Amino acid sequence: MLLRSLLALAVLAGLQPTAPPRSEVASYTLLSREGRRTLPVRVAGNVEMVALDEVAKLLNISVREEANGLVLSLPSRQNVVLSTSQGLASAAGRVISLPAAPMRDGRAWFVPVDAIGRAIAPTYGTKLELRKPSRLIILGDLRVPQVVARHETSGGAARVTVDIQPPTPHTVSQDAKSLTVRFEADALDAQLPGAIGRELVSAIRQGEGPADVAVDLGPRFGSFRSADQPGDRGATRLVIDIFSPSGEAPPPPPPVESLPLPEFSPAGSVRTIVIDPGHGGDERGVRGQAGTLEKDVTLNVARRLKTAIETKLGIRTILTRDADRTITLDERTAVANNNKADLFISLHANGSRRTSATGAEIFYLSLAEYGEEAARIALGESDAVPVFGGGTREIEVILWDMAQARHINRSAEFGKVVEAALREKLPTSPRGVQEAPLRVLVGANMPAVLVEMGFLTNAQEERALSGDARQGDIVQALFDAVVKFREALR
Amino acid sequence: MTTITRTRAIAVGAFALFVIVCVWLLFIVLPRRYGSDPAPAAAAPVAAAAPAPSEARRIKATLYYVAEDGERLAGVERDVPYAASTAEQARRIVEELLKAPPEPLVSALPTGTALRALFLTGGDAYVDLSTEIASAHPGGSREEILAVYSVVNTLTTNLPAIARVQILVGGREVDTLAGHLDLRRPLQKNLRWTTSTAPPPSPTSSDR
Repeated sequence: MLLRSLLALAVLAGLQPTAPPRSEVASYTLLSREGRRTLPVRVAGNVEMVALDEVAKLLNISVREEANGLVLSLPSRQNVVLSTSQGLASAAGRVISLPAAPMRDGRAWFVPVDAIGRAIAPTYGTKLELRKPSRLIILGDLRVPQVVARHETSGGAARVTVDIQPPTPHTVSQDAKSLTVRFEADALDAQLPGAIGRELVSAIRQGEGPADVAVDLGPRFGSFRSADQPGDRGATRLVIDIFSPSGEAPPPPPPVESLPLPEFSPAGSVRTIVIDPGHGGDERGVRGQAGTLEKDVTLNVARRLKTAIETKLGIRTILTRDADRTITLDERTAVANNNKADLFISLHANGSRRTSATGAEIFYLSLAEYGEEAARIALGESDAVPVFGGGTREIEVILWDMAQARHINRSAEFGKVVEAALREKLPTSPRGVQEAPLRVLVGANMPAVLVEMGFLTNAQEERALSGDARQGDIVQALFDAVVKFREALR
Repeated sequence: MTTITRTRAIAVGAFALFVIVCVWLLFIVLPRRYGSDPAPAAAAPVAAAAPAPSEARRIKATLYYVAEDGERLAGVERDVPYAASTAEQARRIVEELLKAPPEPLVSALPTGTALRALFLTGGDAYVDLSTEIASAHPGGSREEILAVYSVVNTLTTNLPAIARVQILVGGREVDTLAGHLDLRRPLQKNLRWTTSTAPPPSPTSSDR
């Protein structure tokens, strides 16, 4: 009955009720010396699957089906065995977990795309890299830098900032209608804003060549100047300032936040924020009496917060999900880690059996539940890589699993800042910042907090949380907290 | 020469093992069977399995329910059937905790949740609950904290032999119940989630 009403809701909202096995998903692109090839993707049970035949063809792998699983013979002469009954693979004697077991459709097998990154790549021989966020599979020693471009305006000037990781030589040239940034690379792993439609810059898009970024100029373009600056974590930052024709507003030295001082500590700034809208898809979270769903509130607030931070602070902001879909807790943390985020904010709405419970709550990870090891990491003792009997590899795995331990003090500080900011704007629990063993925070390799924005089980708070005004207050409070935290780091 | 040494080593090892087994039988297994059991030796387990027609022996235990404010747990002293072993007593306590409590108490656990199994290894208790604990859970960090720690705090408070508790769902280890609390390892008692008006002292709740 519940399911039916959910379905009805979904249909009313014009959504597809459940993810069908062949929903539309962007395909992956395989980059190699031979050029670009496309690898179509289908989604089953929220796992991205690719046709094993196609993977085998592209990567020169031969496949045979045996009783215990699919045996992949790689060009390196190594074998990878994919279990057909569960999400496990074995490669070079190691067992690797995969998000799902292979699936059969007619005669074709489909395998999780992670099998390429986790099972095939480490034993492939030639360099093979799966970049999930940019949907790229890179075969061979190709130079494919990550290029993230942003656009801001201030006064009569526009500024295009391009972060390039790893630093890659590039040139900026001008023709009639656009500026072309050409990189000495084989391809680009680019995040570009696309159409902008302003008077100085009309679009930032992929250029003609495979390693070109084009900045399309608007009608009021006069001149430009470009300069390289040191960016975050050894990256290069290319800054292009674009001015209207001389005579109007002389180009002032670009103001605002972007004084990219060389950093003394890598944690000394906030360049990337990952916002995690809690729950999603089948997992709806708390449901209020009036029908408000936690997963919708978290997504709304996350989207608005992203817009606010990106447009007003120019900080790259990424959502762990930008749609109503199910993702695992590990995937959420992975988005933050893979994007080298400097802050992780997981958004939730609360529930209690007593409808009287109200107020926002802020959590950071409690280490007590994770034993002495976590405490050691928190004290920074792990940096010395202690010589336990078994060598270093296992130690690294443990460290990664508890990556949050290293950032626990910063997380606590950020939690306090968030609490103060929320308390100014909305009802907040008297308990202040709290510690709990929260699963989504453990593996986050940056300061991280979880914010419960209020109780959906309280009728009054449900009404507020589903409305524009309260959501706006939350966005403003979190925005203020990010600004404060960033200032404190300087 | 080397074979002799090896034979001797094996003999010494076997003897050591024998001694350990003897000590174990003498001090652990036998006392449990025949020692401290106040009821007639064989009767206790039987009485435990079949509900005795007359009033069975009961003990007082502190069970944790949702407090008045809906945000913390409150310890309440209740009667629980007595059992001779720690594991069996733990089972009785959790079964009582899973029952709908009389008004005005509110259980932190979803109705319909059943105890599938409970076993002890060392100081860790593994509490295997039916899938309702997750599927019927209404969600929210607070609610999840209360559900998990009502079990953890109840067991660790009443049974000093239990230091940590891990919740299993439908026979399996799980990441979380509802997407928040990390259940991949056993959890210790945590009084942060309980009301400061301390629960009535139970005979065994002196630790921590």
